[in-house]
Amino acid sequence: MTTQATVPAATPATPPPGYEATLRALAEKDERVVVMTAENRAAIRSLPPLLGRRFIDVGICEQTMIGVAAGLSLRGRRPVCHALATFLTLRAFEFVRDDLGIPKLPAVLVGGVPGFLSDANGPTHQAIDDVALMRTIPNVRVFCATDERELAEALPLMVNDDHPWYARHIAMPPAFEHTAKVEIGKAEVVTDGDEIGILSYGLTARECYGATKALQAKGHSVRFVNVRSLKPIDEQAVLETVTKCKVTFTVEDHLLTGGLFSIVAELCARKGKAPKRLVPFALEERWFLPTLLKDVLEHEGFNAAKLTERITAALSS
Amino acid sequence: MTAAIPHQASPEAVTKDAYADLTALSFRVREHIIKMATDGGCFIGASLSCADIVTYLYSKVLSIDPSRLQDPNRDYFLLSKGHDVPAVYGTLAELGYFPKERLANHLKPEDSMYWHPNRKIPGVEFHSGSLGHLLSVSIGIAMDIKMRGGKNKVYVVLGDGECDEGSIWEGLLVAHAHGLDNLVAIVDRNEFQANIRTEELIPLEPLDQKFAAFGWNVRVCDGHDFASLEKAFTGLPGQEGKPSMIIARTVRGKGLPSIEKRADRWFVNFKAEEIQALLKELHGDEKAQLTSEVLIVR
Repeated sequence: MTTQATVPAATPATPPPGYEATLRALAEKDERVVVMTAENRAAIRSLPPLLGRRFIDVGICEQTMIGVAAGLSLRGRRPVCHALATFLTLRAFEFVRDDLGIPKLPAVLVGGVPGFLSDANGPTHQAIDDVALMRTIPNVRVFCATDERELAEALPLMVNDDHPWYARHIAMPPAFEHTAKVEIGKAEVVTDGDEIGILSYGLTARECYGATKALQAKGHSVRFVNVRSLKPIDEQAVLETVTKCKVTFTVEDHLLTGGLFSIVAELCARKGKAPKRLVPFALEERWFLPTLLKDVLEHEGFNAAKLTERITAALSS
Repeated sequence: MTAAIPHQASPEAVTKDAYADLTALSFRVREHIIKMATDGGCFIGASLSCADIVTYLYSKVLSIDPSRLQDPNRDYFLLSKGHDVPAVYGTLAELGYFPKERLANHLKPEDSMYWHPNRKIPGVEFHSGSLGHLLSVSIGIAMDIKMRGGKNKVYVVLGDGECDEGSIWEGLLVAHAHGLDNLVAIVDRNEFQANIRTEELIPLEPLDQKFAAFGWNVRVCDGHDFASLEKAFTGLPGQEGKPSMIIARTVRGKGLPSIEKRADRWFVNFKAEEIQALLKELHGDEKAQLTSEVLIVR
């Protein structure tokens, strides 16, 4: 997987630990933590020998993994479960709903290669409905990081929370310097402005940052918000964006149905706060072209250059 | 409570009188089930088929009582075929987990006893309803007990029709792979699924051979004969490192000849007078004259 970050961040002297190291550290100091996988070890390869019985690979049995996680959680464990995002959220959906959602059992579900990150795998592997599915389950919360460090920062918060969580996995270095620490239910306002609002999360937020820089260079005032906590959503940050900016764009590698655009539209309707103008960039009733990631972004119009063009065009339409 | 039955005793050496208390208990549980089959009804056929299994487990096998509901060293009982819950509620009420009077609240809005298990009811370890879920939940509990070096066991009752679900077979693979010899699954083999005999729809036999091929230690017993149940549940695990499967052969609607083995008496909402006739039938009177429309719920 290649990084598509338009603007690489400066590398600090001692990089903070990544996802796997953070999970390892959490498991080493907290015996409640059990690492699980449905035979998808990409993000956790070093952990089996270190965790012993607290590493559980159930084989290619996603629904059983979630049921087992519920049993472990019932006994006081904090399972952190790994599988490809589609199988985790679709194949195992009813198990998440029934066995974690109904009893509100703490667990963290980490979905691999979500959204465009499934690049050339084809539509069966395209988790472009994961946010919609997971957020519809009462008690289940959703987090989508823009880079591995952000995910690693969120991990202890999710593990120690009393809700089940779904998180999109991402293994990329930061695409921009973060302005706020990760908090449940809090967005990160990366740049503030009042002409163009951009609300995004995960992979596409990385490209939005590049677009923000390009638009600013052309003299536009841009408020770019890394939403990251999709549920609970930062209502204040979202409402401030849509009511302050002349046009707000929701940008996501997700279906139009049920994702960030839906969340924002529902919030505005519920609060009686009409956006000045709200434009969704999402996948409308279709799966995306399966090809390598850089070509997916180009073809679907989600790299920084294409986003800049599309936003500019929308401003004058 | 396991100590109540000497582990060395062969069923042949135990007279029927040894089970008099159990027999009386199972009659009372069946009365509760019948009473829950009105004012909205219940899944009476399957509840009656597993009634003896549930009463036997709670009376003679499970290391659990109402004062130890949070004890991490308790045995766990989970009902994966959740529609049998009247049998569990009847047993729990009889054994003091909650007042028997509460059973009158079945389906009432002021309480929370509905057609499938609710874990807010004392003694219910986990909710169910959608089939094929609690084998995997039981596996998670059994894994944690193993991790902590516990000696307690997990017992989960499955339906035979429930074995159509793919997740059951996933669970069989995973439990075997992880050597969960503290896990005991019981199939209530009443030979019916909702509307039809299992063998007429999706044949399961030879079920014992299938479970054995998945690496489980399999025993077959008569699910209405306490001596047979005792033999099946004595000396588990049969093999170290293997999960146990008890296939309990049962009769759907057991105890009420007027509804036994009838595909159309799966879920029934009887009239009050029919309930009275069925209670008499349970105790040996003539068959009840049933006129209630049968409700099939899928």
